[in-house]
Amino acid sequence: MPVEPWQSAEVAGPKKASVITKPDVADAIIKRARRPVLIIGHLAAEIDLDDRKMLDYLLELAKKGNIPVIGTAHTGREIRKRGYTRVWILPAVEIGQRLADPEWKGLDGNEQYDLAIFAGLPYYMEWTILSGLKSFAPALKTIALDNTYQPNASWSFANISVKEWHENLKAIIEDLGD
Amino acid sequence: MGRVVKKGVNIRIKELKSDIGDIRDLELSVGKLTSEKWTDPSGPTPFPSVTALRNWDKKLLERYKPFYMPFCDLCCLCTYGKCDLTGGKRGACGIDMPAQQSRIVLLAACIGAATHVSHARELVTHAIEKFGSDNKLDPGGLSVEVEAPVIRLVCGIKPEKLGDLETVLDYAENQISQLLSATHTGQEGNNLDFESKVLHAGMIDQLGLEVADLAQVSVFGFPKADPEAPLVELGIGVVDTKKPVILVIGHNVPPATSIVDYLQDNRLTDDIEVTGICCTAIDATRYSPKAKIIGPMSWQLRYIRSGIPDVIIVDEQCVRCDTLHEAALIHAPLFATSEKNCLGLPDRTGDPVDSIVVDLASGKETGVLILDPDKVGEIAVRTAQAVAPKRKKVKAGLLAADKIIEFAKTCTQCKQCRRACPNDLHIPDSMKAAGKGNTVMLSDIYDECIGCARCEQACPQEIPIHSMIVSADSGRTQKETFLMRTGRGAIQDVEIRKVGGPIVLGEIPGVVAFVGCSNYPKGGNEVAEMCMEFARRRFIVCTSGCAAMSIGMHKNGEGKTPYEVYPGSFDAGGIVNVGSCVANAHIAGAAIKIASIFARRNLRANYEEIADYVYNRVGAVGVAWGAMSQKAAAIAAGFWRLGIPVVVGPHGTKYRRMLLGRADRKEDWYCYDRRTGEKVYVGPVPEHLFFAAETKEEAMVLVAKLCMRPNDTGKGRAIKLTHYIDLHKRLFGVMPDDVHLFVRNHGDIPVSMKEEVMRLLREKGWKETTIPDPTLLSDQVIRVRSG
Repeated sequence: MPVEPWQSAEVAGPKKASVITKPDVADAIIKRARRPVLIIGHLAAEIDLDDRKMLDYLLELAKKGNIPVIGTAHTGREIRKRGYTRVWILPAVEIGQRLADPEWKGLDGNEQYDLAIFAGLPYYMEWTILSGLKSFAPALKTIALDNTYQPNASWSFANISVKEWHENLKAIIEDLGD
Repeated sequence: MGRVVKKGVNIRIKELKSDIGDIRDLELSVGKLTSEKWTDPSGPTPFPSVTALRNWDKKLLERYKPFYMPFCDLCCLCTYGKCDLTGGKRGACGIDMPAQQSRIVLLAACIGAATHVSHARELVTHAIEKFGSDNKLDPGGLSVEVEAPVIRLVCGIKPEKLGDLETVLDYAENQISQLLSATHTGQEGNNLDFESKVLHAGMIDQLGLEVADLAQVSVFGFPKADPEAPLVELGIGVVDTKKPVILVIGHNVPPATSIVDYLQDNRLTDDIEVTGICCTAIDATRYSPKAKIIGPMSWQLRYIRSGIPDVIIVDEQCVRCDTLHEAALIHAPLFATSEKNCLGLPDRTGDPVDSIVVDLASGKETGVLILDPDKVGEIAVRTAQAVAPKRKKVKAGLLAADKIIEFAKTCTQCKQCRRACPNDLHIPDSMKAAGKGNTVMLSDIYDECIGCARCEQACPQEIPIHSMIVSADSGRTQKETFLMRTGRGAIQDVEIRKVGGPIVLGEIPGVVAFVGCSNYPKGGNEVAEMCMEFARRRFIVCTSGCAAMSIGMHKNGEGKTPYEVYPGSFDAGGIVNVGSCVANAHIAGAAIKIASIFARRNLRANYEEIADYVYNRVGAVGVAWGAMSQKAAAIAAGFWRLGIPVVVGPHGTKYRRMLLGRADRKEDWYCYDRRTGEKVYVGPVPEHLFFAAETKEEAMVLVAKLCMRPNDTGKGRAIKLTHYIDLHKRLFGVMPDDVHLFVRNHGDIPVSMKEEVMRLLREKGWKETTIPDPTLLSDQVIRVRSG
């Protein structure tokens, strides 16, 4: 079956995300980045993956890859509840705007990010923000780690089952420290 | 400054002594004779042209830069296309992606403005036909002296009679035509100029809104600026299904008024139920509190499929395009009543009433087009009486439990329903459970379902998914029995006098308006929760349209709706339902009247100065949590031009651009101090102009923050910061780390939070700044200096 957006009608234009077919691909992209940032939406704290939440896996990924975390909306509260305090709070549309600004120096004031990892936003909101970045942040690479295909990212999983997604996330995290 | 040049003869005589007598203030124009009694001096921009306020727009757009999120990568508007605009490419006409996105935003704003202005034209024409063009405008008797703040501000005229509104509509139609033409291939090519035109469309839209509500309040006897407008019944459960039931859907109220009149004239009021969905419903209850509101626009399918309505009358705007099809399925005759929404039906306007009733009651016709609203009343009532006895079986239209399970068993778990659902609802899992006899999950979906039925369209098994969701808990819709305050109309001048000072000084922490459609991400309850949070915090809460209905569909522990708990006055802690969509003009009007009545600024054709006043001083924020339509886009644009920020829900990102400030760029937040002429740093207030929030928690924190204005006094800023910090700590679990940007001196620091705020200020290396008399306009400084 061809790769399709999760929301059937949200077809993208001529430029579409490459599909992450195996965890190594995601690992290679993340490892290659000089200045990655992880943007976590509120759904990450609601979605079950086995006996944990999606958020727990994403935070593990952040720790393993030493990636700064931005919690959008009220996600920061959930992140802090888990004892993870190195989190910035910034709304999703604001981070979108700033990532598209070549002059922005990032949240630590050093340098613009070169890779933005997205996960846990409402599908359509992530779709539109990634669309903005696709068009207006040419130097930025984006990767969507949800289990639904985000055509406007640079890389995305296809629409995969929760089981497959869970296994992929675990493998990405495991390999990240290598 | 440009202004619209009107062709034709126009003579103005200040004073003339002649043989026939003395004439004063006479203005003669072709086809019109108007007396000009308004002595306030005219400001610089009467009837502003498309570019007259471009400089003001640029000031806003410099601070609030558009962040475009293309909803489509292509342009397909001409035969050159489709053109791929990704990767910095230009289309065959030369347009680039930012310009194309802003062009589409302008198209949406023009559609919205045209819709409101056309609605206003229809109302005014109808009102003039019935009551005459000399009929006095009366939005609030002696309580409302500034009867039309938007018209006064934009056009520089003071309308007194219905006929005066035609001049406003002539202008508005002219402007929309010009704005729309700018979207043609090979016209405007710059995104910021498109954006300026979007703001112009919003301002024109606001004129249309004001004209429409001013006309209908004046002639239909709606509540006139009445804080104690009646509480009316709301919900499917309030309908007496034993009686014949009429349903009106849409926005244009004359057909509904004619139904109410016919019932009254024939002493049938207690025998027939008049129910409504969307704004026509609110306006029907403004006309007669005995009419009943079913719910917001998302209730259309669920109510029709319940089989309850015997006759359906649709007028215009936000009416489902498949209503005729749905009506036929429940054997309810349908009346189309607007030239804008004819639905392919035969025009029977000129036919005898008896023959129309016979044809509809016999099923010979499934629907008719009746373009004379006064005729609708008799035909609708008599048809309802005729068909109701035959429809008793259909009225139990909901699916029985065994039928639901039967349908669920045919589900193949292909997930096409969920992939079509705007809210990604867990329909497949619910189907699986229902197939095993457990319909609880299906029933739970009801609250978050926006009633679009895309799930059904996507289902290859043709399962009636939406009907199953509505039917899963058979008693559910019957439990929908609420009370809401009907639309009160304008805000009284005396209310403005009372709260103008506390708002401008910041002591009333803000005015928050919950408006717009019902495309909610997680159900309408979120709007009610937000509304009550701010009312409890003593903000002034305004509302209108579908949002006002969603607020009413909530009960507290004592079974009371917000409208029963909070007063309807424009005061701290009030929940003010102004009315239908077009009544949004009164919310803008209140902000304008603060400048005029409280601050005594000259209103007349003085847009820039008044917008500058509102932007810098009036802590107002609009929240359109379920914004869906082009009308909502136009309404938002009208508020942006006045400098009032608007927050939308996450679906609002599909409007494809935000107007976002950058708190981290200090250089963006300077304004003039009117007293000294110096440029001073005022902090990022308000931080954004158009913002899509991801969750209601994010929206609430942001709303509290967006209410801050440069003019806040120390006491006022401390109050506003208290709410911002408190909400941030409660909902985000931590102290906000940008408080230092909003503290100007020690007087701004909330007493109860002094220690933690001071700690943060020390960490951030905060330095005291001054509180200016703020303005973005250099000529305001000059005016003060020169006295």
